[in-house]
Amino acid sequence: MSAMVRFTRVTKQYPKGVTALDEVSFTLDRGEFTFLTGPSGAGKSSILKLIFVEERPTSGEVKVIGQSSVTLTPKKIPVLRRKLGVVFQDFRLLPDRTTAENIAFALEVTGAPPKRIDPKVMRVLEQVDLLAKADARPHELSGGEQQRVAIARALVNDPVLLLADEPTGNLDERSARSILDLLCEINRVGTAVLMATHDLDLVRATSFRTLELHHGRLVFDAGTMASGATAGVPGGSST
Amino acid sequence: MRLALREALLSFRRAPMLSALSITTIAFSLFAFDLFGLVALNLRSALRQVESRVEIRAFVAEGTRADAASAAVGDVQSFPEVERVTLVSEAEALERARQELGEFEDVFDAGILPASIEVRLREGFRTPDQVREVAERLSKYDFIDDIRYGEEWVEKLYRLRTIATFVGLALGTTFALVSIIIIGSTIRMAVLARAPEIQVMRLVGATRGFIRAPFLIEGLVKGLLGGIIALGLSFVTYATLGRLVIQAEFFSVGHSLLGLLAGALIGFLGSAYSVDRHLRRVA
Repeated sequence: MSAMVRFTRVTKQYPKGVTALDEVSFTLDRGEFTFLTGPSGAGKSSILKLIFVEERPTSGEVKVIGQSSVTLTPKKIPVLRRKLGVVFQDFRLLPDRTTAENIAFALEVTGAPPKRIDPKVMRVLEQVDLLAKADARPHELSGGEQQRVAIARALVNDPVLLLADEPTGNLDERSARSILDLLCEINRVGTAVLMATHDLDLVRATSFRTLELHHGRLVFDAGTMASGATAGVPGGSST
Repeated sequence: MRLALREALLSFRRAPMLSALSITTIAFSLFAFDLFGLVALNLRSALRQVESRVEIRAFVAEGTRADAASAAVGDVQSFPEVERVTLVSEAEALERARQELGEFEDVFDAGILPASIEVRLREGFRTPDQVREVAERLSKYDFIDDIRYGEEWVEKLYRLRTIATFVGLALGTTFALVSIIIIGSTIRMAVLARAPEIQVMRLVGATRGFIRAPFLIEGLVKGLLGGIIALGLSFVTYATLGRLVIQAEFFSVGHSLLGLLAGALIGFLGSAYSVDRHLRRVA
């Protein structure tokens, strides 16, 4: 099976000479759950942004679902993004819309037929266990609930890969745990998940593959352990 | 399209203060432009009225045969510059003088006023050079004694007109630019207020056209509403001035529609520019 995401010697430099990623190579397969760890500023967000084509690599190639960063035209970016779901630490919900409206918004603005919107919204609300809060506005929800709305919104277009950038960063331990459980559940039914986090307790609680970044370099990839390329305990070097 | 329309209208409901503020701003900057337009329009029509009185009067020598004079009138009528030629006979000249200067009626005796050919020029042929040219052509008839056409004031009028045109163009451009800048920054505010929405749209893979559409509609509607309010304010100003000070001219229906169209267009283009700039910056 061909890789869903392939980074080939990807370097990302920002203006003013900051190097966020330095010759990073790895692949993600379909249906895989992967953690992306490392201290703040290690380049975790840059990797997500590159997958999401929010950024383009300075050199090297990023290939996502068959689309190469070398040849991808701006017109194709929205099409690619519809196959990806993204959630962030700060949820990014629209404050003046209800839970259901926030989720429906993602379908409406991608041109989904109006008749299919409601059933889909109900389905993902059920999936994240928020049917009871369909008419609540974000400020009436707890942090954990808001993140679940954001996850529902990311799922509603049936992505093949869900990107989560510190999704538990603003949450207490219990909510964080339940978000992780939800992501695992989503992964179990077939969606690949790439979760950036520096919460090592969460990482250790599972046995998923872990990529660790340090100063823009990939210093550890549990996925390559089998081939003996790297040794160590997941997350061991970053605390 | 229906969604874009709905989102555009929703934005008015979600942010009524900001929408009202930007419509007011647009209205007042267009109002300033409209007022300038009214002044320019009235100045121009006043000038045109004065200009339409540019007239060449060629006095016919005494004893000229009537048929020679009328033949000349026919010739002159065929000059391309000429709007109207009138032959004023001695009797008519006397009659006219009596009417215009009633109290001196008795000083006029038959025979003291010469017959004349009065020539009125078409619009666009009233520059000093053109007037002189026609006058010279008239003077070639040997029965013409004397020609008058107010050389000095024709020239002054022409100079005034040139100055007015240039000042008008400069002021008009400035006013239009100021309106566009003010309207543009107002719309930019509206775009920034909706930055989170734009961000989410981009996240979930909305196309550029889809993101832009509600803003373009919103800009168009705001520009149009601003234009209508500005036109209304101008009309109130015009009517008030008309009652208190002077009777002036108002925009024709065509001009009014053109003004509304310009408002809508500024709103539309301003939005397109602001959204594009925003999208370029965040994408």
